[in-house]
Amino acid sequence: MDPAFLDNSLWRNIYCNLAGDSAGCAAREYSAGMLPTGMEWLAFALAAAAIIGLFVNGVLGGVIVLIWGERRLFGRFQTRTGPNRWGPFGLLTPVADAIKTMFKEDVVPKDADRILFNLAPVMIAAPALLVFSVIPFGVGTYVADLNVGVLFIMAVTSLTTLAVLTAAWSSGNRIAILSAFRSVALLISYEIPMALALVGVIMLAGSMSLGQIIGAQSIPFILVQPLAVFVFFIAAMAEMARAPFDLTEAESELAAGYLNDYASMKFGIFFLAEFMAEISTSAIITVLFLSGWRGWEPVPSHLWFGAKLILVLFVIIWFRMTLPRLRIDQVLKLAWKGLFELTLINIIVTAVLIAIWPEPTTTRLWIMAAVNWPVAIISIWAVSKLLGTSGYDDTEPDSDAPVYPVATEQIPGSAVHISGVTGPDTQARMSSPANSHIEQGGN
Amino acid sequence: MIGLGLPRGFLVTLKNFVRAPVTVQYPDRHVGLFGAAKEAGMNPFRFVVKRPVDSIKAIAGLATVPVALEQSPRFRGNEFTFYEDRCTACASCAKYCPLGIIEIVSVPGKIDAQEGESYKLEVFDIDIGRCMFCGLCVEACPYDALHMGTKFERSTYVRDELIVTLDELNAAEKKPSSFYRPQFEENAFDPYTETVDDHYDAGRHERPSDEDLKKKWVDER
Amino acid sequence: MAIKTQPVTVNLGPQHPSTHGVFRLRVMFDGEEIVDVEPVFGYLHRGSEKLAEERTYTQIVTLTDRMDYVSPMLNNQAYMLAVEKLAGIEPTQRGVWLRMIAAELQRIASHLVATGFLLQDLGALGTPLIYAMRERENILDLFEMLCGARITNSYLRPGGVFMDAPTGFWLALDRELVDIVNTLDELEEYLSGNEIVFSRTKGTAVLAPELLINASITGPMLRASGVDWDLRHRNPYDYYDRIEFKRILHTASDNYARYWVRVQEARESVNIIRQCVAQIEPGPVRPSFDDVPRLIRPPKGDAYVAIEGSKGELGFYLVSDGGIAPYRMHVRAPSLINLTLLRDMLIGGLFGDLFVSFGSVDLNMGEVDR
Repeated sequence: MDPAFLDNSLWRNIYCNLAGDSAGCAAREYSAGMLPTGMEWLAFALAAAAIIGLFVNGVLGGVIVLIWGERRLFGRFQTRTGPNRWGPFGLLTPVADAIKTMFKEDVVPKDADRILFNLAPVMIAAPALLVFSVIPFGVGTYVADLNVGVLFIMAVTSLTTLAVLTAAWSSGNRIAILSAFRSVALLISYEIPMALALVGVIMLAGSMSLGQIIGAQSIPFILVQPLAVFVFFIAAMAEMARAPFDLTEAESELAAGYLNDYASMKFGIFFLAEFMAEISTSAIITVLFLSGWRGWEPVPSHLWFGAKLILVLFVIIWFRMTLPRLRIDQVLKLAWKGLFELTLINIIVTAVLIAIWPEPTTTRLWIMAAVNWPVAIISIWAVSKLLGTSGYDDTEPDSDAPVYPVATEQIPGSAVHISGVTGPDTQARMSSPANSHIEQGGN
Repeated sequence: MIGLGLPRGFLVTLKNFVRAPVTVQYPDRHVGLFGAAKEAGMNPFRFVVKRPVDSIKAIAGLATVPVALEQSPRFRGNEFTFYEDRCTACASCAKYCPLGIIEIVSVPGKIDAQEGESYKLEVFDIDIGRCMFCGLCVEACPYDALHMGTKFERSTYVRDELIVTLDELNAAEKKPSSFYRPQFEENAFDPYTETVDDHYDAGRHERPSDEDLKKKWVDER
Repeated sequence: MAIKTQPVTVNLGPQHPSTHGVFRLRVMFDGEEIVDVEPVFGYLHRGSEKLAEERTYTQIVTLTDRMDYVSPMLNNQAYMLAVEKLAGIEPTQRGVWLRMIAAELQRIASHLVATGFLLQDLGALGTPLIYAMRERENILDLFEMLCGARITNSYLRPGGVFMDAPTGFWLALDRELVDIVNTLDELEEYLSGNEIVFSRTKGTAVLAPELLINASITGPMLRASGVDWDLRHRNPYDYYDRIEFKRILHTASDNYARYWVRVQEARESVNIIRQCVAQIEPGPVRPSFDDVPRLIRPPKGDAYVAIEGSKGELGFYLVSDGGIAPYRMHVRAPSLINLTLLRDMLIGGLFGDLFVSFGSVDLNMGEVDR
């Protein structure tokens, strides 16, 4: 066993206390452990189970708090209180949601492919959880620090595409498949800008490992790579199918989404997976662009990470509450004609800067930031012109275009005012032959 | 698709984020320790000492304070206020009702009834289950015996309980709304806090002037 | 090699979050493009016109409240004008001013509903809807102050209104007008410059003015295409000829233009209310019962009066045979007439634009089905 995993303090604490004098632990001055020698495999298994349990439960706990927090924030953006009935401040609302979801009838359609139908929720929840294995939540708090961490994250998040298609296909519902096609087109189109936006970050840090990227961020990369942040943020919101890209879960769009046939807890798992994706995206943005758990000393690193995570979540929820939805062709146009070019510009500029200074120090990072921001603003302006916002400035009607006046200004004699007699038009109508069965009355 | 209009929208939403919520949390809203103490009328320290269980519940977010709705005095509620002493069983309300839900059965008191004697009212049923609370019956009553009430929580579990009988109308708390009764507004009567128990205080919304009365009942007889 | 596609028929059934009421739309679309549309309505038909033959003229006011249930004061006004023309009743001054104020407030509330729900259909997840509804709640509180009920008002009687406004109403009205203008400013700041709203609504469902006139379309749909036709200017009823207000016209005739016309009309209504408040004078709010008895029996004849309702030309046709109830009442419902152009608006467009176009027509099923 490669003792490199013992660099991680979380593993080290649990494993070495259990295993005692194995090779790596003795070098780090741990003496007798709780298990007899020769059972290092058991110590490893127990340590792994403990850490996985800790992370999964932590993530699920975070999801529960996020469900509550998102609904309260929705309310505050709309100047109303959110749910505050169940439990103090409404904290038990997600529990109420879970109980309600569990009590529904679990319906499987007759034409459904049973194995795939039951497998699809698993396929969407597992990658969402898997992303958390590489994200460091504080100093030394991570499951594993892969040296291809960023690539791992990109690969795992692409698995949701397959899960969406499986869910729709196994429902046996024609409309669900149509909706899933749109969703898959959306997801595939936005993976490329998402991945390419991170190339700049990787070049600056010199490695794909998340720990080293955090180490390279003496100033947060949000200042150095504004284009990358912009593109990654939009692409990540599209990958999560959040507004303004939530055309697949929109009730007012197609009558059924790809989730239409899922009831009860299977739907609950899809729902959970969406929230887990939200937290994982915020965590990725925090680690890659906001310098993760780094902060000023007295405050512990976990608190810094948590605060930045909550900030990014707030921004995501703010965007969701404010923007209306885009149509599918506009969404694809934005991805291919807008974001893709921005990522290419970002890669070129960053590559040129890295070629000049291969090992950027803090001052050189500031200079790179000063170069990147004007480039970002100009290219975003150019792309917005390309996408077609010209002609959107005129909300007022065009004063030269013809306005169709109607011939007479006022129709004479037909104003309904104070008149004591039936007007001339009524008398004319009353005397017509069609109305001869109604006797004329005086006043 | 991207432009400067989007950030302006974000600023509007952010501005609304910091506004106080407009929700009226009827019928009760959760309060913390200070709110519960104020509701009890005590200083917070005394509240913790005198009522420890309630203060723990308040800190846990389980204490509630009732909330009153702001309604105007003219609100047409789901109930009626009826003064039997003023009713002459003329059945104008029943005739005016668009749905025909008022049932009136009156009995002449004696065969040789004298002038000025009133009918005896046997049945006066209003079917609130089908009523649309338009108030035409209240508008029709010439003697101001029937008024709209102001309460609106009248759900029952049995549909037949929605037929309000004469006994229920007599026994109910009399808080008439000022709908079509301008005399209540002139007297600044607040139907949410006061009651009008004596039918003499109900006034008349259209009382003929003294000279008209004199002309009709004295001069022309 | 041509790609073979097959059209799909989807039933957007009567229960749907985005059809404004119970309305069924059978849509056949090919990929993303709509090929055929068949609207089916009548789910909210309650027989108002037949019921009106059994009720007296005052009782019918309660029926008219419930036809277009987001603008009951306007329905009441149209009906009362028809009754007054039929019976030859002269309304009182103060009654007319009060009902004009109520009608314009109702127009603002109706346009707020239309705008809020249009944006809800665009997908803004409720935020602009709640802002619009928040303002409408204040307007409904004003109505509660006036007549005791927020929506089913039945405020009008033959010759005027049934009760004068309470003290405290005028102050509340002034404050409310300032709030309405602020909310409209906020909504415009949020939405009228929003690029996503532009890209969804500009250039979609464009209707030519000739088509609109041929199909008898009236209201904001017509004015959004440049035709200068507003019954308050052309055929003034009540005291609209004593009031100056702008004509709101747009030339693009797409979904954005209709939304824009509604918001600007709401602003103009605020001006109208201010002028009414400046010109109102004390007096009786309805004629005395010697002039106009409680139970009116109009002479035999018929009358048709149309007003500018919030959705178009709202007309009431009443035929009297001398009794206490009309012989026949017919309502010219603007939503039903505006609905006839749905096929022209939707066919050829994209599916994503269906509900946006539908929402910009501003239908109300209570009016369509009566």
